[in-house]
Amino acid sequence: MTQLALVIDLNVCVGCHACVTSCKEWNTSGVAGFLTDENPYDKDPTGTFFNRVQTYEVGEFPCTETVHFPKSCLHCEDPPCVPVCPTGASYKRKEDGIVLVDYDKCIGCKYCAWACPYGAREIDEKQQVMKKCTLCVDRIYDQSIPEDRRKPACVVACPTSARLFGDIHDADSEVSRAIRDRGGYALMPEWGTEPANHYLPRRKGTVPVADDQVNRIDTPLGVDNRVPGTLAALIAEAQAAADPLSAPAGGGR
Amino acid sequence: MHPAFSVIFLTTLIGVAQGLFLAVFSIDLLATLGLSERPMPSFVLAGCVMSVLFAALGLFASFWHLGRPERAWRAATMWRTSWLSREVIALPAFLLSVAAYGFAHASGSVWSIPLGWLAVVACIALFVCTGMIYACLRFLQEWASPLTLVNYFLLGCASGCTFATLLASLLEPAYTEDLATWAIGLTTVALVVRAAMLARNARLRPKSTVQSAIGVKHPKVVQKSQGAVGGSFNTREFSPGRSRSFLRSVKWVFLVLAFPVPAVLLWIGATGDAALVLALAFVVQYVGLLAERWFFFAQANHPQNLYYQTIS
Repeated sequence: MTQLALVIDLNVCVGCHACVTSCKEWNTSGVAGFLTDENPYDKDPTGTFFNRVQTYEVGEFPCTETVHFPKSCLHCEDPPCVPVCPTGASYKRKEDGIVLVDYDKCIGCKYCAWACPYGAREIDEKQQVMKKCTLCVDRIYDQSIPEDRRKPACVVACPTSARLFGDIHDADSEVSRAIRDRGGYALMPEWGTEPANHYLPRRKGTVPVADDQVNRIDTPLGVDNRVPGTLAALIAEAQAAADPLSAPAGGGR
Repeated sequence: MHPAFSVIFLTTLIGVAQGLFLAVFSIDLLATLGLSERPMPSFVLAGCVMSVLFAALGLFASFWHLGRPERAWRAATMWRTSWLSREVIALPAFLLSVAAYGFAHASGSVWSIPLGWLAVVACIALFVCTGMIYACLRFLQEWASPLTLVNYFLLGCASGCTFATLLASLLEPAYTEDLATWAIGLTTVALVVRAAMLARNARLRPKSTVQSAIGVKHPKVVQKSQGAVGGSFNTREFSPGRSRSFLRSVKWVFLVLAFPVPAVLLWIGATGDAALVLALAFVVQYVGLLAERWFFFAQANHPQNLYYQTIS
């Protein structure tokens, strides 16, 4: 079974909001109708967004770190918002695991928003139906779009490639490998919602290198312990090793 | 959570309707079993009419909660999974069965008691559905408790019984004192349960923290921006919109108005047989219940608020 999801790398997100504007632009222009904005250029602007980038400060001055944190629907594998919907407007697609709202069936009771611990759902104040991230379901399968751009608008827009998109049930997919290799985690695991979207943690600028990755354990020619400075030195070593008679006293070690 | 008056009126009005029906049917049942005097048919009929009226008012109020009320009929479809959908079925079922019982009783039909039992089943189902709508949301920890169901049941019964006392003093004075005693008893038990709920909620520790919300383990994490300069649905729907001190005042208002004051008024009204005092008892208790329900919503702290702590 397929479970499409986003994997968001907090290590490279710079908080530019390009994903937010790209998402809004794509999703306000689609067949499902606009995403309402109220007072967009006035006092107290407000509107419906599928995706928001929030900012957190971690640590205590002066040792602080700024974490930019994009948040959209996590397309939970066990979505608490779906069973509570009284009309069946909220549903999870079997074929790709995307959680969607049927805007023609939604009665705007907001119960699903109460049932989502992540605050991923926002009501559209003009259309009075619940809206949320669709993983750009009207884009990722569109054959008229070049294949490499058949990804959610936020993923295509991200200038630092902080957003990966793919099937987390496919162990060899880019997203699965990222989750596995880079410590991908889910939000609020305490509620057992099994979010499909994962986040990759911040990393400090260190690369763990084991000693045996630098120094060979088996040194048949006994020349490995010295790090050669230049190519010429390398060649000289090789020649010396090839002709033991001309080798300097003391050998390689 | 933001307390929506549509839901506050819905839950309190159908509570009165259910409690009133249960009180009237209990009296009818006791009389049928020969344990007490047969009540005037006009009393039972008036009780049913008022119960249907309260329930219909509640149903009407619930429509104001919907963004798309014209599609409300769709809400009955997902009864297999959704408590809200089950309530949408249980409420009209209760309304119709009480109406049928009232009609059968007024026309002297032998079917009145079986129909009454049917209405009891619908009534209990409705109590369970209404309570479970809130109790099933496990991360709203203030609500996710069996106490929520018991509280809805007892407060509905208490306020309905208070109204039945008022009806009795107007139409069937022989039952005024009995009903007043029941109403005072139910109000007292309801107070105990509500106090237990308050005690439980005061000791709750939120399962989610800002650390689990964003997955950063550092003990000091402060939100600096929620991604929008203005508010959003998330800041409006999930915040009580009032200060903590206002919430505290509402708590004391409902603790006084919903419980001791109506109990005293019931006692005065029943012993003096003063319908006006009993009417006052009901009105005061109902206002208290509005405050109680307002507080019930306002007190619930949704974990999504962890993502919306700062507007900037």
